[in-house]
Amino acid sequence: MASKNLIKIQKLYKEFVADEVITKVLFDINLVIDRGEFVAIMGPSGSGKSTLMHILGFLDRPSTGQYFFKDQETSEFNDDKLADIRNKEIGFVFQTYYLLQKTTILENVKLPLVYSGSKESEAKAKQALKAVGLEHRLKYFSNQLSGGEKQRAAIARALVNNPEIIFADEPTGNLDSKSGAQVMKILEKLNQEGKTIILVTHEQDTANHAKRILNIRDGKIIDDYKVNNRSTSENGVLIK
Amino acid sequence: MNFKGIINLSLIGLKTNKTRSALTMLGIIIGIGAVIVIMSVGAGAQSLILDQVQKVGTNLIGIMPGAPSEEGPPATAFGITVTTLKYEDGLAVAREVPEISAAASFVRGIETVSWQNQKKDTTFVGTTASYIEVEDTEVELGHFFSEQEEKSVIRVAALGYQLAQELFGQADPIGQKVKIRRESFEVIGVMKERGSVGFESVDDQIFIPLKTAQKLLLGINHVSVIRAKVKDNENIDAIIPAVKQIIRDRHGIRNSSEDDFDVRNQAEALAMLTTITNALNYFLAAMAAISLIVGGIGIMNIMYVTVSERYQEIGLRKAVGAKKNNLLSQFLIEAIIVTLLGGIIGIIGGALVSGSVALGANYLGYNWAFIITPFSIIIAVSVAAAIGLIFGYFPARKAAKLDPITALRYE
Repeated sequence: MASKNLIKIQKLYKEFVADEVITKVLFDINLVIDRGEFVAIMGPSGSGKSTLMHILGFLDRPSTGQYFFKDQETSEFNDDKLADIRNKEIGFVFQTYYLLQKTTILENVKLPLVYSGSKESEAKAKQALKAVGLEHRLKYFSNQLSGGEKQRAAIARALVNNPEIIFADEPTGNLDSKSGAQVMKILEKLNQEGKTIILVTHEQDTANHAKRILNIRDGKIIDDYKVNNRSTSENGVLIK
Repeated sequence: MNFKGIINLSLIGLKTNKTRSALTMLGIIIGIGAVIVIMSVGAGAQSLILDQVQKVGTNLIGIMPGAPSEEGPPATAFGITVTTLKYEDGLAVAREVPEISAAASFVRGIETVSWQNQKKDTTFVGTTASYIEVEDTEVELGHFFSEQEEKSVIRVAALGYQLAQELFGQADPIGQKVKIRRESFEVIGVMKERGSVGFESVDDQIFIPLKTAQKLLLGINHVSVIRAKVKDNENIDAIIPAVKQIIRDRHGIRNSSEDDFDVRNQAEALAMLTTITNALNYFLAAMAAISLIVGGIGIMNIMYVTVSERYQEIGLRKAVGAKKNNLLSQFLIEAIIVTLLGGIIGIIGGALVSGSVALGANYLGYNWAFIITPFSIIIAVSVAAAIGLIFGYFPARKAAKLDPITALRYE
């Protein structure tokens, strides 16, 4: 039987080298994330929170340390294997949406299915768009949508391959509070349905939607705690 | 990953930047179009040249004054007048070589021909009665001059078809007097329409007896060329030495190196012209190929720019699971679609241009064939696809190798 650990990180370091200057970004990160968790990684800009998310999401590799994904050590995985994991196990939601220009929302959402060779991609993409309330926007181009709608389309794209984890990097960063609340509500709902959500944010209000908060400063986890009564949060963003 | 999906992605990629795709295509359109036009016009020109030579007849041998030169054209082609060839040489060849059915001697000049107040500057041809047989032609009206007439200085003339039209219009020319310079000639015949032969129109010429032309108009005693018609095309090479020997004997030449004449065979000229026109065609095709390479480099250049501009898109594709090969094929297919589409448009454009050239040439009275061979189309299409593949590969590889997060974060 699969263990409940989805992600396990041990002694992870990350440094960037540019023009012979070494910048150390993450130090000695040790972390376990279980299936079904809703984790917010918080920290000011430059703290390393996005880098951590990129490593967790296999967009980047650690400099040293071990990363177990579903109990498998991943350091030996080649690029294609990582691409496969990103395609099937992970969905990404970015602050700036990254929707393809001059391409319909439906086509955008179908994109991961193109790479998984999935059949019935049209039906799956429509279903994902329905789940985020965009079934009436299928044939719209990304530039014809509001920011909130764009982000919901991006969530639909993240969902379309039915991944285990969704990584959201400042998903409300470019949105007004109402749209932001809608997006967070969708993420909460997905979490309730069993998806593991890992959210990167520097806003406490956004982080309050999570069940667990990791605080990062200067490349180290300085705080890691569970949030119990999320629904009674005092901020105005929450929609009950 | 399905192939249809990748093609679809490539098409979306191209549609997203229509102007740029179109401009990229332009290089290929021009390159392929040039190849098609050059190959087609080349083939058309070749057919025209060969047709003109063939109309003169491949069963003819030409006897020209002046020493033979293996490599180049005869001396007369450079305007050098050699006076050694005589009317009697032609008669002797026709009489003494059994394989030769007829031989015609020629002199020519340019003069004004007039009838009443109609005037026309044209070529007069002094020839023998055997002209009709040698040139394989006929008279439309009246008759040509006889062997008797050719030997005397008699003022009769046969008009080329077009010349008769221009001078006489609807009037009957037979029996009328036309003037060449100030000499008066009775029109005894009008030639059948022949079109252009050996790059000159024989329809606007005027034909008069050889002696008349020599004495009355030119004041010479020699002929400029003798053409002899061979009964059987096959043994034309075997006849030439016999012809040479007869003339050598008549000119008192003992050694062939002292020949003051040259005998050429029309089939040889045809073969030579074929070689020359083929070489020209290859040369032109090579020039067109260079333009294709330039077009290919243009594609590579623009594909590089495209890859740089689409870093974020590439990053996103990688984030949602695109493998190296997926991106490599997407960008390669984009390049191939551009080149193939450009190739097809180029072929159509090239065919239109070549068609217009052929139409224009035919309108001007040349027998210009509109030839586009399947070979040239296959070449053009495969070259276009190969260019897409070769010049699209390096930019595509660059895209495929990008690190996902570097690409995503690229501004």
